Amino acid sequence: MAAKEFDIPKLPTYVEIPELNPGIMEGEGPFKSSDEFQSPLGFPGEKVDNWQEVAIAKMGELKSKYRSVQVFLDSCVKCGACTDKCHYFLGSSDPKNMPVARQDLFRSVYRRHFTFAGKYFPKLVGAKDLDDQMLDDWYNYFHQCSQCRRCSVFCPYGIDTAEISMAAREVLDSVGLGQKYCNQILGKALTIGNNLGLPEPALKDTLLDLEEEVEEDFGAPVKYPLDVKGSEILLITPSADFFAEPHIDGLIGYGKVFYQDGVSWTMSSYASEGANFGMFIGSYDVMRKAALRIRKAALDLEVSRVMVGECGHAWRVAYSFWNTLSGVGAGAQSSDEHAMKLQNQLDHRYPQPQHIIEYTHDLIQRGKLNFDKSENDDRTVTFHDSCNVARATNMGGIEGGQFILPREVIKSVCNNYIDMERSTIKESTFCCGGGGGLLTDDLMEIRVKGAMPRMQALKQVEENNGVNTLAAICAICKSQFTKVLPKFDFDPYMIVSVHQLVSAAIILDKPQTETEDAIAAESVETE
Amino acid sequence: MSTISIIFTALFYISLFIFIVGMGRKIYQFSVTPAPLKIPTAPTPLTQTGVVFRMIREVTLFESLFRSNKWIWFFGFLFHFGLLLILVRHLRYFIPGDLPEVFMLIQPFKYAAFAMVIGLVGLLARRIFVPRIRYISAPSDYLMLIMLLIIGVSGVVMTFTSNHTDVIMVKDFASGLVTFNWSNMPTELHFIIHLLLVFVLLAIFPISKLLHVPGVFFSPTRNQVDNARKKRHISPWALKQEQEHSVKLEQTLGKDT
Repeated sequence: MAAKEFDIPKLPTYVEIPELNPGIMEGEGPFKSSDEFQSPLGFPGEKVDNWQEVAIAKMGELKSKYRSVQVFLDSCVKCGACTDKCHYFLGSSDPKNMPVARQDLFRSVYRRHFTFAGKYFPKLVGAKDLDDQMLDDWYNYFHQCSQCRRCSVFCPYGIDTAEISMAAREVLDSVGLGQKYCNQILGKALTIGNNLGLPEPALKDTLLDLEEEVEEDFGAPVKYPLDVKGSEILLITPSADFFAEPHIDGLIGYGKVFYQDGVSWTMSSYASEGANFGMFIGSYDVMRKAALRIRKAALDLEVSRVMVGECGHAWRVAYSFWNTLSGVGAGAQSSDEHAMKLQNQLDHRYPQPQHIIEYTHDLIQRGKLNFDKSENDDRTVTFHDSCNVARATNMGGIEGGQFILPREVIKSVCNNYIDMERSTIKESTFCCGGGGGLLTDDLMEIRVKGAMPRMQALKQVEENNGVNTLAAICAICKSQFTKVLPKFDFDPYMIVSVHQLVSAAIILDKPQTETEDAIAAESVETE
Repeated sequence: MSTISIIFTALFYISLFIFIVGMGRKIYQFSVTPAPLKIPTAPTPLTQTGVVFRMIREVTLFESLFRSNKWIWFFGFLFHFGLLLILVRHLRYFIPGDLPEVFMLIQPFKYAAFAMVIGLVGLLARRIFVPRIRYISAPSDYLMLIMLLIIGVSGVVMTFTSNHTDVIMVKDFASGLVTFNWSNMPTELHFIIHLLLVFVLLAIFPISKLLHVPGVFFSPTRNQVDNARKKRHISPWALKQEQEHSVKLEQTLGKDT
């Protein structure tokens, strides 16, 4: 099924609401996880015999643990406001990719098993049994949702399909139907420390190579420290930043900003992953387990600040969930020993955790960075708001800061900046098509189709304004665009990290004295 | 009292009882179910005041729906706002005795019935003719609109046509329900249908999508303050788990730190 042929959508002048093509995206869904990847996460290795019973029990548990699930299942009036808001529906025309129809796969079973009307009048209220066909539909269509939450913005009750799709995936995992891509990666992240499975020695070598390369290219001894105890900042970044293009150019950029600021910073080999796929599979426990690694690294390395690199859902987990999951944040009650242990160590003059964009933006505001903007004069840049950053987080502590700060950083380092059409950016941004655990080759068809609305908006600014660079602050967006841009006849190299643009324009003229401080901090190295 | 009046008096209390108990249970369920994570959706207010204003805009102006789809917003707003005015005007039947002066002001609210009916017709038409909305509609979704339409139209017939119902009798019957001083009700068919469907509506409120009325106030994406970094938010079950260090992943992934 990975090699399935499909038509790449044409880019229209305007995105039109497609005619319904029921069943066009029907299929077996992504590769299923084997026992090898299931059992480490505490899930059954294969479909359990009494799966129906287990699934219904799990649904009952989830709706009693999550108000979102309970309220969202009860409140939908089928008004249809969300029906044209999902990029996967717009790109694929399968009606089960309309947010409400996707939710209804779950809701119809909820009604059948948990509501009076559904138990006694199933036909009347559209209640359905959880049979094999329904389970297959769940597996297939809940893996055609990137949990981008665009539908939630437009719903009069704020119903968030992401919450439903997370719940459905958790139920699927509980009956032994896990997704290979996510669960395999989680195994690596939870044992080795990052999604790539890069062990400490390999990571160390990679970073040393990078330091050499950067010094050669830019003539400054920029460091990429690993496991340096006593550093001020612990940087948690998606592991894609360590090797993939264009991600690594972003990492180079972070290093140059840190260098110019003269601050001591480090990465951790134990917590060398910003991404947290526990969110994608909807498991609080797994997500928490991954978040606790960051807590441990922060405690062990005795840092006073925790910072997050360019990664969309990582920033959602960090900004919105870390404080809850692992205490990385502020404002815990003094009786809360678990959280206070860490929060007493952190420096609360800074937001905890802080996004690298907030950090760079702050330095720019304070005049600590100088740029030669002409270095980016060959570029006309537009910014892709990554869904998790745009709809689930904030930056800078001002309303809409998550939209303002990245744009201000880009405009500080580039002369030519243009926004895409208003209805496709900021809180209404279209997902890249690869988020939510869909960034795997066996889901290429839905990834390409789901990218269509974003590609259309990009085409518009390319034709009208000569845009040749698409900047993003999400590792998944960057990887996804690298793959799908050429399918729509764009240059795959037009996708860049925001800190790649910063890196190109930053003037490294740091006075020598401060470097010594940084080196002094590094000498307190531990294994 | 006539037999039908006795039956309808009984039905009133039964449906009201189901409504109050059912809604009470549901609202209790919504309120005790924890929201373990901060999940507000942009554009997100950063303060509690901001959240209050957001919620007010959401339930009075249908802000998100306006952003989403102007037609659904227009018909939905006509219907809901019309219904609200009509409900206020119906108080005149339930308040015993002479009405306070202020009720002269709400007398014209009767024209809101047309807004309500037009809104409902628009919503029903969209449900029938827009393929996307037809696809997501169950029989109950049509029936709900049809039922509300019949309630609205029967009310319009009573108020604006020559088929007037005896308003004094309606008032005596309705206020009698409140004061337990029961009396006969008018027996015109459109009044009976009007009343019966209102009772049905009350009774199915807690077991149908009408739960969107309390639901919106409990929606975590709309009622949460975006302050996750500043204040630790943790649900009782997660706190318990944290204190007990008893995640089942422990065996395979090591203990918490």
